[in-house]
Amino acid sequence: MGAYQAFTALLLRDLKLGFRNMGDLLNPLLFFLMVVTLFPLALGPEKSVLQEHAPAVIWVASLLAASISLDTMFRSDMEDGSLEQILLSPYPDIILVMAKILAHWLMTGAPLTIFALLLSVLLYLPGAAYLPLLGTLLLGTPILSMVGSVAVALTVGLRNGGMLLILLILPLYMPVLIFAISAVNNAMRGLSVAGEFYFLSGMLILALTLAPFATAYALKIRMG
Amino acid sequence: MMSNETSVLRAEGLECIRNDMVLFRDLSLAVSSGEVLQVKGPNGCGKTSLLRILCGLALPNEGVVYWNDKDIREYNGEYVQHVNYVGHHNGIKVELTPAENLHVSNALSTTHNGASPEQALQQFGLYGYEDTPVRKLSSGQKRRVALSRLLLTHAQLWILDEPYTSVDGAGRSFIADVLKSHMDAGGMLILVSHEPVSIPGVKIREMAL
Amino acid sequence: MLGPTIDKYAAPKNAYSLAFTLTPWFAWISILLFIGGIYGGLVYAPPDYDQGESFRIIYVHVPAAWMSMFVYVVMAIAGACGLIWKVKLMDAVARSCAPLGASFTLLALVTGSIWGKPMWGTWWVWDARLTSELILLFLYLGYMALQSSIDDRRTAARAGAILALVGVVNIPIIHFSVEWWNTLHQGPTVTKLDTPSIHVTMLIPLLIMSIAYTTFFITMLMVRLRAEILDQERNTTWVRDLVLGGTDK
Repeated sequence: MGAYQAFTALLLRDLKLGFRNMGDLLNPLLFFLMVVTLFPLALGPEKSVLQEHAPAVIWVASLLAASISLDTMFRSDMEDGSLEQILLSPYPDIILVMAKILAHWLMTGAPLTIFALLLSVLLYLPGAAYLPLLGTLLLGTPILSMVGSVAVALTVGLRNGGMLLILLILPLYMPVLIFAISAVNNAMRGLSVAGEFYFLSGMLILALTLAPFATAYALKIRMG
Repeated sequence: MMSNETSVLRAEGLECIRNDMVLFRDLSLAVSSGEVLQVKGPNGCGKTSLLRILCGLALPNEGVVYWNDKDIREYNGEYVQHVNYVGHHNGIKVELTPAENLHVSNALSTTHNGASPEQALQQFGLYGYEDTPVRKLSSGQKRRVALSRLLLTHAQLWILDEPYTSVDGAGRSFIADVLKSHMDAGGMLILVSHEPVSIPGVKIREMAL
Repeated sequence: MLGPTIDKYAAPKNAYSLAFTLTPWFAWISILLFIGGIYGGLVYAPPDYDQGESFRIIYVHVPAAWMSMFVYVVMAIAGACGLIWKVKLMDAVARSCAPLGASFTLLALVTGSIWGKPMWGTWWVWDARLTSELILLFLYLGYMALQSSIDDRRTAARAGAILALVGVVNIPIIHFSVEWWNTLHQGPTVTKLDTPSIHVTMLIPLLIMSIAYTTFFITMLMVRLRAEILDQERNTTWVRDLVLGGTDK
């Protein structure tokens, strides 16, 4: 019971902080919009070309936006000493870390998912691919937050932390990218998406089980 | 206010190396209920590192910290419920109000003593500031908001890193009152401070690092 | 966990002298194996039915690719030992592995790319194995970048160990996803950059080369380990005595 209260208190605290720093929430979305805008300029405005590349563009842009949004997950808590207080709580660290990851996903992954669906219109994504795209985003963005939390715990507060974070997470994000784009492409061609969804679900379960442990441990290591 | 059992915090053979510099080596200390230990020393001598090791946030390179003769690493989270740490950083969110900050602290602790955030703030002279965003408070007031956390739990051992930083004379007397009642109730206190600390009626042991 | 039988302060010193004694042995064994393996691969083995003489690059490429994976696993295991049992020596082993593993990965990439030229007429093909190797190189570079940006030696070793363990969990997933991706996009003409169904006269030199690579890795690991130990223990008296030739007592 107490642990549940600690979880919700921390979750609500982070959500409140997020809404009081709206800029931090909007920046990844703005970045996402800009990256998506680059592609019609780079590939040309023809409908068939953009449509063909839409899944790849949407997913690459989501992945990059998710990567840059990670930075906010632990930074202010590290800088103002709140992280010390969180780790000194008698409740299990992984529960508190889960609350932080969930809050972060609700403020970045979830809006990105909705935004990605909206922007697919700009890339002429066929109607049949919307639901699979939503599915891959709902399964994929939590994986990005989970895996990202480990890397961000390892790098937060380092002198070149931001760049280092990107270097660490992009290789780990590649499987998500491959399966997600493959699923949406299949859907566009009327093929089965079951295989990709199985793997994305498997990866999500693996990330849910291992990432909070690794993140909590990494934070403790960074504390000294 | 807290249980009357006598407890002992003991550290043996602590060694701390940071960035290839030996900050201290073979350091031992013991503090029991009703005792105050003030750690002194020049900047960069490892005072903060020592406090972080004592509260279990950081690992010493060598040595063990014991709480009631049991290694604190063997407690699995039960040790930290006896500890209240106010570090060099306040550990409060400037976007939130003092009351909101203390509500979160309350939710994160397992040993509330029933005091409300408002009561705690009042003891540190922050009556009327409960719902002002911390961002708008002075740095001395922020420090006192951080210290108000101490009054929410039964934790016996208080570990304070420079509690008086940017706190003015009136603020200091609030802190002295709170520390005194903690010591009277059989609490333990380890603090780092550059300046002389006086708690009426309590003898303060000093340790130079 | 190593218990009181091994003196914590003496352990690095003993490891240093053991590495010092063993280095030349492993160096000589690997030189002999390299001579044998290269002779076997370049002269003794017959040309491949499909690829002619150009297949012979597998004697450099394939063991390098194997080593690139093997070294990562060694690095992660050493890191985990350092993390769990707090053995400083293991931290040094993990740290020494990273540049070696990255070098093997780079060698595998370069030789794979060179092999691609006669086979496919381009210097680079997005073949599953080459792509996996490239991602592995990113993992090594990330590990080294993380290590070098944390100043405190112990924190760096512990953080690196976590990253290496995350990497070890991810390598099979990455490998599998890349295979998946490759079969989706593969043109009909591309053949696998793999050891072809291989004749025994081709296989024996390959095995010899693999052992040669392994002993070479052990040799280089010990050389690097010695340097790491000296650096790590530079404030101790035994290192001072060693460096000053025992004059500064």
